[in-house]
Amino acid sequence: MDAILLQILNGLDKGGAYALIALGLTLVFGTLGVVNFAHGALFMLGAFCAVTFNKLLNLESVVIDPEQTTAWGSPLEVRTPYVEAWLGDFGAVLNDYSVPASIVLAIPVMLLVGIAMERGLIRYFYKRPHADQILVTFGLAIVIQEIIKHFFGANPIPQPAPDAFAGTAYVGEIFGLGQTLAYPWWRIVYLLFSLAVIGAVFAFLQFTTYGMVVRAGMHDRQTVGFLGIDIQRRFTVVFGLAAVVAGLAGVMYTPILPPDYHMGMEFLVLSFVVVVVGGMGSLGGAVAAGFLLGILQSFASMNEVKAIIPGIDQIIIYLVAVVILLTLPRGLLGRRGVMED
Amino acid sequence: MFAGLSRNDWFLFLAFTAVILLMPIILQPIGAAYPALMQKMCIFGLFAIGFNILFGLTGYLSFGHAAFVGVGSYAAVWSFKLLTMNIVPALMLAVFFTAIFALVIGYVSLRRSGIYFSILTLAFAQMSYNLAYSVLTPLTNGETGLQLSLNDPRVIDRLFDGAGPGLPRVNFFDLYISGGGYAGFYTCALALIAGFFISIRIFRSPFGMMLRAIKSNQNRMRYTGFNTRPYLLAAFVISGVYAGLAGGLMAATDPLAGAERMQWTASGEVVLMTILGGVGTLVGPVIGAAVIKYFENIFSSFGDATLHDVFGFLPDAIEDPLVAFLSLFVGDGWHLTLGVVFMLIVIFLPGGIMEGLRRIWNLFNRRRPGDREATPAAQPQPAE
Repeated sequence: MDAILLQILNGLDKGGAYALIALGLTLVFGTLGVVNFAHGALFMLGAFCAVTFNKLLNLESVVIDPEQTTAWGSPLEVRTPYVEAWLGDFGAVLNDYSVPASIVLAIPVMLLVGIAMERGLIRYFYKRPHADQILVTFGLAIVIQEIIKHFFGANPIPQPAPDAFAGTAYVGEIFGLGQTLAYPWWRIVYLLFSLAVIGAVFAFLQFTTYGMVVRAGMHDRQTVGFLGIDIQRRFTVVFGLAAVVAGLAGVMYTPILPPDYHMGMEFLVLSFVVVVVGGMGSLGGAVAAGFLLGILQSFASMNEVKAIIPGIDQIIIYLVAVVILLTLPRGLLGRRGVMED
Repeated sequence: MFAGLSRNDWFLFLAFTAVILLMPIILQPIGAAYPALMQKMCIFGLFAIGFNILFGLTGYLSFGHAAFVGVGSYAAVWSFKLLTMNIVPALMLAVFFTAIFALVIGYVSLRRSGIYFSILTLAFAQMSYNLAYSVLTPLTNGETGLQLSLNDPRVIDRLFDGAGPGLPRVNFFDLYISGGGYAGFYTCALALIAGFFISIRIFRSPFGMMLRAIKSNQNRMRYTGFNTRPYLLAAFVISGVYAGLAGGLMAATDPLAGAERMQWTASGEVVLMTILGGVGTLVGPVIGAAVIKYFENIFSSFGDATLHDVFGFLPDAIEDPLVAFLSLFVGDGWHLTLGVVFMLIVIFLPGGIMEGLRRIWNLFNRRRPGDREATPAAQPQPAE
């Protein structure tokens, strides 16, 4: 029982990341009809927003204090980050919470990147075949990740979670199962965070007038245009929104997986599988399939399962995708008529 | 077998053969005339020709072709280990196993088309890659890669002359293929020329016409009573076999097979080559492969110091920022150049280098626009 609960938890946080990326992919596909292979790069850019923010916070002033000496007798270099010098205790707290705080940086940056990408490149590809869209965004993904590699190097850069969330949570006690069920706090935070973001996106689409127009545009773009609404502009904003969602997924994932320049590609391949399993163009399907595949993957990596089918943990997601694609042409929750072939 | 090609096609084929065989002379001025690089160009040219038979003719974009290269490489290295260092059985085995592998994957993947086909092939390739790294380690030697060793059985070789000292080299009877000599290059060149000839034949055959018809309107093909699946499957297997042969040649010129050859970035690379050269043209993919391999070699060996040498004549105020900017694109940043060039090609010149050449050609031949194309491949086909 404990083991199963633990695997579900394990799968949920990874599933959260898949779901967030897949949600953005589906939004872009549903509104603009564009297959965006650069979406993984946006996830990676988000993660590097966190890295940058952390670096900014850790800019230090170095003062040589002649009064104090080190153990070797040379004058001690006192290093204080500027934030702590200027803001005192709040600065220290801010530094501790650099990962969640970098959301503040990530949202505007990702929104700008997304809108620039859509206006600068994607809009010229609405009418081109899907293969061309895949190819040009694939090229863009290479460009983005090489630029990041140039500035940040090829090695993963670990980001600390805030001290308060660094430990393990004894989840078992909540369910009355004793202390055996322990789970890192930050992963629980990530799960809740991803649920919150997903909820926010759905609320935006469901309960705001803006979202309603976007949904109408997804359904029948021409008619919305006839009603005198500039649907193109709204879709551009939706693209920016998708970029923000991917970026936020990346920001909060940094304490779990130290970001490096090609993390986006790995997640992209999996997220595409998630989107296809969920059904092209179905937002709910993307989210459900994300969590489902995350959980399946963590179950497959249990030793008991691996003993029966060796190597299953490596291929489970792809295997599920193949089976679903061959048996359910529209994926789990795909709408009729969207990209059926 | 030799019927059915027009005079233009024969001219193209002979010119192609001449260029490939004379590569050591032609490439001299640009400093690329050494066997290790030229054989790479040939191998990837072969791979790209094969990919183009599927993507160029049928329009099915496979993102998993690297898996076939991997299978071909493993099969060849196992043949070197178990049977003989002779290249002939190795290549035959490579072709045989990739054909079976491609048949299975193609049979399943071709049940869908469009982006779903891409995802399915990608999924199969990633599965092969992940398995090669983990569970199949006895077969693939995991992360280290499959290598030759001194105490390999090599049954056939030992039958004839026993175990010699040291690691034996891949050979074609008395000719040593591995080790970066000209024998290796000419082996690959011959394979490329043979592959090119088959590709012309396919392009000009009724079978090729069928594939093009599937690309332009598959539904209509079905309505007229054709079952398109066997044609697609045949194209898929043929193109897989090309990839397998390329993999076998990779193993022959450097007897080592690693799982990273199957990764999806490797599949992406062949897509880049084909697009860069020109999808659906005969020589385009080879040009694309050669250009990418050439510039990969040149650009990745450049460093800041070389750039400073080149721009040394400029005043420092201009030189330093210029070098700082350009250094983004060379050395480790070679992939950035590749990405940028690739994007530019897809945006402005979807037909690749071949279309560029044709536009230039038309520019100078305005009297007969569209009358003659730079390649026969781009010629509009007469209606049936």
